[in-house]
Amino acid sequence: MAVASSDTAIRTGRIARTFIYLVLLLFALFYMLPLYVMLINSVKPLSEITGGGMMNLPDIWTLEPWRKAWSEAQIGVQPTGLKPYFWNSIQMVVPAVAISTILGALNGYVLTKWRFKGDTILFGLMLFACFIPFQIVLIPMARVLGVLGLAGSTWGLVLVHLVYGIGFTTLYFRNYYAVFPTELVRAAQIDGAGFFQIFWRILLPSSGPIAVVSVIWQFTNIWNDFLFGASFAAGDGAPMTVALNNLVQSSTGVKEYNVHFAGAILAATPTLLVYIVAGRYFVRGLMAGSVKG
Amino acid sequence: MAVTDPAVGASAPDFRTRLQHWIPKIVLSPSLAMIFVFVYGFIAFTVYLSFTDSRMLPSFGWVGWENYSKLWRLSHWEISLINMAIFAGLYIVVCTAIGLMLAIFLDQKIRGEGVLRPLYLYPMALSFIVTGTAWKWFLDPGIGLENVMHTWGWTSFSFDWIKNRDFAIYTVVLAAVWQTSGFVMAMFLAGLRGIDNEILKAAQMDGASNWNLYRRIIIPQLRPAFLSAFVILAHLAIKTFDLVIALTGGGPGRATELPATFMYSYTFTRNQMGIGAASAVIMLMTIAAIMIPYLYAELREKK
Repeated sequence: MAVASSDTAIRTGRIARTFIYLVLLLFALFYMLPLYVMLINSVKPLSEITGGGMMNLPDIWTLEPWRKAWSEAQIGVQPTGLKPYFWNSIQMVVPAVAISTILGALNGYVLTKWRFKGDTILFGLMLFACFIPFQIVLIPMARVLGVLGLAGSTWGLVLVHLVYGIGFTTLYFRNYYAVFPTELVRAAQIDGAGFFQIFWRILLPSSGPIAVVSVIWQFTNIWNDFLFGASFAAGDGAPMTVALNNLVQSSTGVKEYNVHFAGAILAATPTLLVYIVAGRYFVRGLMAGSVKG
Repeated sequence: MAVTDPAVGASAPDFRTRLQHWIPKIVLSPSLAMIFVFVYGFIAFTVYLSFTDSRMLPSFGWVGWENYSKLWRLSHWEISLINMAIFAGLYIVVCTAIGLMLAIFLDQKIRGEGVLRPLYLYPMALSFIVTGTAWKWFLDPGIGLENVMHTWGWTSFSFDWIKNRDFAIYTVVLAAVWQTSGFVMAMFLAGLRGIDNEILKAAQMDGASNWNLYRRIIIPQLRPAFLSAFVILAHLAIKTFDLVIALTGGGPGRATELPATFMYSYTFTRNQMGIGAASAVIMLMTIAAIMIPYLYAELREKK
């Protein structure tokens, strides 16, 4: 599972190596190109963009599009910019990530150290829930949120993301705790420690790495969600992705591409930051869902 | 395997012992309750709706298989299925091919691997809405790549796929491959790093060429990575929704409609909830056909 272990024993000749480096660099360009285009055009005045020259550096550098995207652009009824929607997303992400990670840790603890008959089937049912196409739950969810009075609100989205995130967080902690020595738990039990004491004193202190994985995974998934946001919180309570889409798709007035790009980068910044700071764990997290731990 | 009874007070279980026995199940129950209601209960409800005459709001007049037979007669649904076949097929094959190639190349003691790997991977951290916005513009013939080539002097260059009914679906493939192929690379790279070098060295002694080493020894050993990549890509493909919304909006015309966008528009904008529900059920069945055998095998092996 560790990405940075031994290299292959395969040896390659000089021509082959040149070819390999060339391909690798070409792909690096391919992956960087859209980001470069977005960045470079988000600091140009609109006239330079519509005049062509997408790849050129700006003649006049300006931060005006960024300011406009953040605090002025017309997204809802008011020209508020993306700012309020950014905070909506923060308010949605923080509780949803925290609660789902805590529940995932407890579930993983129960499913590995307090096993009972049928626990694998229950876990399987939780895991399958991660992979359902969410279209299958949209209609009843809309009804239930309406009945609970949570339609269009950030708390409604917190609930939605909590429910559909638990499967993954449980998976991560279950795989992690599965290799944790059960003898330690048994010994503590004989010493009279209870369920929560064992969790708090023995498992939790060594759960750092997997907690990071779970938080990053949940953060990126929930921040990047569009389907639930668009279905259940289209108005003032909309998250950042929905607001960005409204900004980009709005058909009124001139298409301010530079503002769209600044907005897109703003929407991408939190997950990119998380990725830059903890990218190593991000990879590990992405793979924990597929490769056995 | 079941360790339910703590070693203390085995003869006459007092209240505390019995409580200890129940606590794990009590802790697990809120999550299970949520999953049962919000996942399986909701699935049951949607399946039920697919047999009713629901239009703008759920209603409970039973119509049997009518929604399904209507659905299969809709050209809109047929288009979205054909698009899904093209999209999923190409997306899975191209991502796997690029991912495997990059992983093999990166595995050759490459200088700067530490720089390249994150460059390949970062698109995975972005929202599909951001990806769609970037590519939509990049592919736009008026201001994007085509225009750049024209200003660079290549005036006959033409690249208008995103505006072309016959080719627009391939731009969705392109953007989706851009987003996920780096992740597939990481999966294969992890698999490659787990391969025992001793076997390779022995085969090299016997004079095996690199090509044969990969074809006969290394790639066969990557089977689990291939399987995981397939499962993940297949389920991502079926769920693809935001990317189409941001990149093409399902257009031009209906050229890039997928089942996910079909379901959304029939349910929420065309007020044909019964048909929308039926299409969601078919999506679920497709994913279940892939996921259930996979999860079954994964969970069984662990015993």
